[in-house]
Amino acid sequence: MKPVHALLMLLLLFATACLAEEADPWAERRQGMVGLIEKNVRATRQYIDKGSLDEQVMRAMAEVPRHLYVPASVRDAAYENRPLPIGYGQTISQPYIVALMTDLLEVRPGDKILEVGTGSGYQAAVLAHLGAEVYTLEIVAPLAAEAKEKFASLPEGQKVTSRVGDGYYGWEEHAPFRGIIVTAAASHVPPPLLDQLEHGGKMIIPVGSGFQTQQLLLLGKDQQGGLTSRVVLPVAFVPLTGGPAP
Amino acid sequence: MSGRPPFLSVALVSAALLAYEICLMHLFAVIHFHHFAYMVISLALLGYGASGSALALGQGWLCARHRLFYPLLLALLAITAPLCFWLGQEVPFNGLELFWDWHQGLYLAALFLLFMVPFFCGALAIGLALTVYRQQVGRVYGWDLLGAGAGCLAVLALLWRVAPTSLLTAVAALGLAAASVAAFELGLRQRRLVACCSLLAVALVAVAGVLLPLKPSPYKPLQQALQVAGTEVEKELSSPFGVLTVVDSPLVPFRHAPGLSLAARSEPLPQKAVFTNGDGLTAITRAAQRREQLLYLDQMTSALPYHLQPPGKVLLLGLGGGQDVLQARYHRIPAITAVELNPQLVELLRDDYGAYSGGLLAGDDLKVHIGELRDVLRQRGERFDLIQLALVDSFLPSAAGLYALRENYLYTVEAMDDYLNHLTPGGMVAISRWLKNPPRDSLKLTATAVAALRKQGVDRPGEHLVLIRGWQTTTLVVTREPLGEGARGRLEDFCRQRLFDIVYAPGVEEGWANRYNVLAQPTLADGVRALLGSDGEAFIAGYKFDIAPASDNRPYFHHFFKWSSLAEVLRLRASGGAALMESGYLILVAVFAVAVPAALLLIVAPLLLLPREAGEGVAAAGSRLRSAVYFFATGLAFMLIEIATIQKAMPILHHPVYAVSVVIAAFLLFAGIGSTLSAPLAARLRPEMLLRLAVAMIILCGSLVATLGAPAAALLPQLGLAARAGLTVLAIAPLALFMGMPFPLGLSRLPPGAAGPWAWGINGCASVLGSMTATLVAIHYGFNVVLALALMLYVLVAASFPVDAGDDRRQAAALSDPAAGPGPG
Repeated sequence: MKPVHALLMLLLLFATACLAEEADPWAERRQGMVGLIEKNVRATRQYIDKGSLDEQVMRAMAEVPRHLYVPASVRDAAYENRPLPIGYGQTISQPYIVALMTDLLEVRPGDKILEVGTGSGYQAAVLAHLGAEVYTLEIVAPLAAEAKEKFASLPEGQKVTSRVGDGYYGWEEHAPFRGIIVTAAASHVPPPLLDQLEHGGKMIIPVGSGFQTQQLLLLGKDQQGGLTSRVVLPVAFVPLTGGPAP
Repeated sequence: MSGRPPFLSVALVSAALLAYEICLMHLFAVIHFHHFAYMVISLALLGYGASGSALALGQGWLCARHRLFYPLLLALLAITAPLCFWLGQEVPFNGLELFWDWHQGLYLAALFLLFMVPFFCGALAIGLALTVYRQQVGRVYGWDLLGAGAGCLAVLALLWRVAPTSLLTAVAALGLAAASVAAFELGLRQRRLVACCSLLAVALVAVAGVLLPLKPSPYKPLQQALQVAGTEVEKELSSPFGVLTVVDSPLVPFRHAPGLSLAARSEPLPQKAVFTNGDGLTAITRAAQRREQLLYLDQMTSALPYHLQPPGKVLLLGLGGGQDVLQARYHRIPAITAVELNPQLVELLRDDYGAYSGGLLAGDDLKVHIGELRDVLRQRGERFDLIQLALVDSFLPSAAGLYALRENYLYTVEAMDDYLNHLTPGGMVAISRWLKNPPRDSLKLTATAVAALRKQGVDRPGEHLVLIRGWQTTTLVVTREPLGEGARGRLEDFCRQRLFDIVYAPGVEEGWANRYNVLAQPTLADGVRALLGSDGEAFIAGYKFDIAPASDNRPYFHHFFKWSSLAEVLRLRASGGAALMESGYLILVAVFAVAVPAALLLIVAPLLLLPREAGEGVAAAGSRLRSAVYFFATGLAFMLIEIATIQKAMPILHHPVYAVSVVIAAFLLFAGIGSTLSAPLAARLRPEMLLRLAVAMIILCGSLVATLGAPAAALLPQLGLAARAGLTVLAIAPLALFMGMPFPLGLSRLPPGAAGPWAWGINGCASVLGSMTATLVAIHYGFNVVLALALMLYVLVAASFPVDAGDDRRQAAALSDPAAGPGPG
């Protein structure tokens, strides 16, 4: 290789690196967020029965541009490990909780997933990034419209079908679903949603306020249609003295 | 200064300030959550302290121009009171984000500084009057207290009639009325102009009040419900209990069925939602056509007692939207009694929504009592087969630990004892609560039930307890007789069909505890067994939340915070542990931590900034430290006694609104009379003698209040509310009368100059710290200790009475003779 060619190659590499950086200046922050999630998962391993989350889930967390799903006013905090306000009294969950819920659903490519409570659209995007066919309902019309717009413009949104509607009755025409995620506050688990969960499927419901998830309710429907329910605490806290956090 | 002090305007401005404080508490409860109101307003009241400092620093200049500044400050109070509230609504504070976003701390600081302005203006005006007319300080202070007492009663009466926003206009009107009256009292030449401007300003504020609506936090459940298309507010009612809002959502009906079994297949009937202060959702259910439509009500943990031992006579606490009544009717209970604190809720159900609910309150099987549960139990002396308390608190504040500072007399050992005493031989108490993980409420409730059963002489309390849990709620059943074999079988059937776990029941195998809603560790079940074992006390001591039973003396059921857990909880905040934060208590501590240095600064600053002569003036009355201790102890002790007496009055008046209004009004009115009497009495006795007499009487009367409160409560239940309120006022009168004397007596000993305003500021700071100290001490040691501490502080008051450089009798004469003595003006 002539020196001039080598120089040109180096210049090209430099330009590519600059362009890549310009294309996604948020990548480093996103990696930082993923690091925090991994740390939290390690700390809570005895509660969630695993020392690490599924690799695909972590990859999705590392690739879905969370900053595009939050309002511009809080964009700078998009990759902090905390819930953020998204307007209309709604929040986007803490990334750690999003990752944990996604992992607990055990999504495989091609699975049909129903989401009740689209919110920012971020959770649906993460699920779609995993290859799921996502159907999402939002009861607050302006939020649903904003999310729909994002889905149309972003690659992971192409696998998301959204509409405004009452999540209580699910989405009958696309049922049954392999997984259902209910992020909208509910005083109870709507019976129609349980009916739309396919045998062997899973449903997850975070319990608590938008700014503090107290526990995750993980429902499973076995092959005979029987229900199992597991309560997952997202925190490593032993309430007895002498029981330190691992 | 000779001349008649502006008594009436002092009373009016004092009434306006107290009305503003209460009004803000209500408005903040509507737009935010109760505890943020507490936080902002407590700190804003430091405006009293700041006014003292400002007056001490600029007293010469201000007093010389008091005829201009006094009415001007009153007008400023009137203008800034609504203005600061409307500006405050523009501050994007979100209390729920306080532990996530440091900006929220700045917003909070902005709010407290903003709300400090009206309190500063009003307090500065009163301080100015006290300084200018220091020869009649007892009477001026007396009018100040009388005005505050009247303001307290007036605002609570008004809250039944008008919305809190309209009260802002009333506060502005009071302030402007005070300014106009002051113009006449001071003989201003432009008094007619002032009166006309005031009228115009009131009209403007009223119009602005209509045009500028409230902006509640979008995170409040009411606001979130209103986001749904088609939802509309049908009715809104206001009272001292809060603002009731009835919401209909025809497109997406409300379906409130908390803790409904996962096995349930029936859908709740359409409902209308009733919110209290934008939270605390309760549902009015549309009339059922068939009994089966109410089947879902049998699919909740709260339905358990109806299956354990079918009751004939049921007492329900909290009528709410009537869901518990429907549940009882579903189980064909022939005699239902429901107790509801808020009469407006009863009116709503009976009148406005009687037809919608199918005449819910109309049946012969139902009696509704307006009042407090324990009061109704004691008054009526009836016995019931079942006393049911189902999800009395709303979910969000409960989950966030925001109820931590609220006294609650429903879940104390004495309350449980009352319930057990009013059961028929086979009767049960059933209490349903939101499930918290890691467990707190349910364990504390179990510990409370165990303590009450032991108090009843039950050797093996475990034979009398059943605790079940669904995925969201728990129900504890306490039985008067040991649980029988038949009931055990029915319990297992009930839980099996509904996928509920039996956390604990005598004779039921442990495998039931974590069968359906599986937890990694059955912490709740382990905890209940530990509580029932021989080392229950050790378990409570070692648990990372405070789960020791609450008592009437320490009625903080919702207080779970332990300092020993704080470091771990803070570390886990971002690791999924945000729900471990018991934020109510932390808010109190944070407010206290801000208030103490702020108060110290306000007290010390005048000393540092005053010219040497003024500093020497304070020294002439004894020593600066002595004066500071005296006025600080006076302010602190007054607040501690007032708050402890409200708690002592609760078992007599049984109603927080009545207890607060009767006690505060009685204290202020009689302390006002005491202050007015201090001058003529000091003229007859030596001021030291009068102070010692007052302190001795305070200690005697305070001790009587502490010791006789509970026995009196036991003797009085047969009397009507008016008689009980009258007796409470009579009991408070002598105590409050003497408590009104130390402050003016102390002021009269101070020389002219900056010392008086400085003392006014110290007293203001101490009062603010007093309300927080009372809550903190009560949470940890109980109200008896609060009262004891206050009485000890009065001993300190007696010991630190400012030394008079001159003749006491001359001072006493100066107190009563408007023409005697030099004045700063």
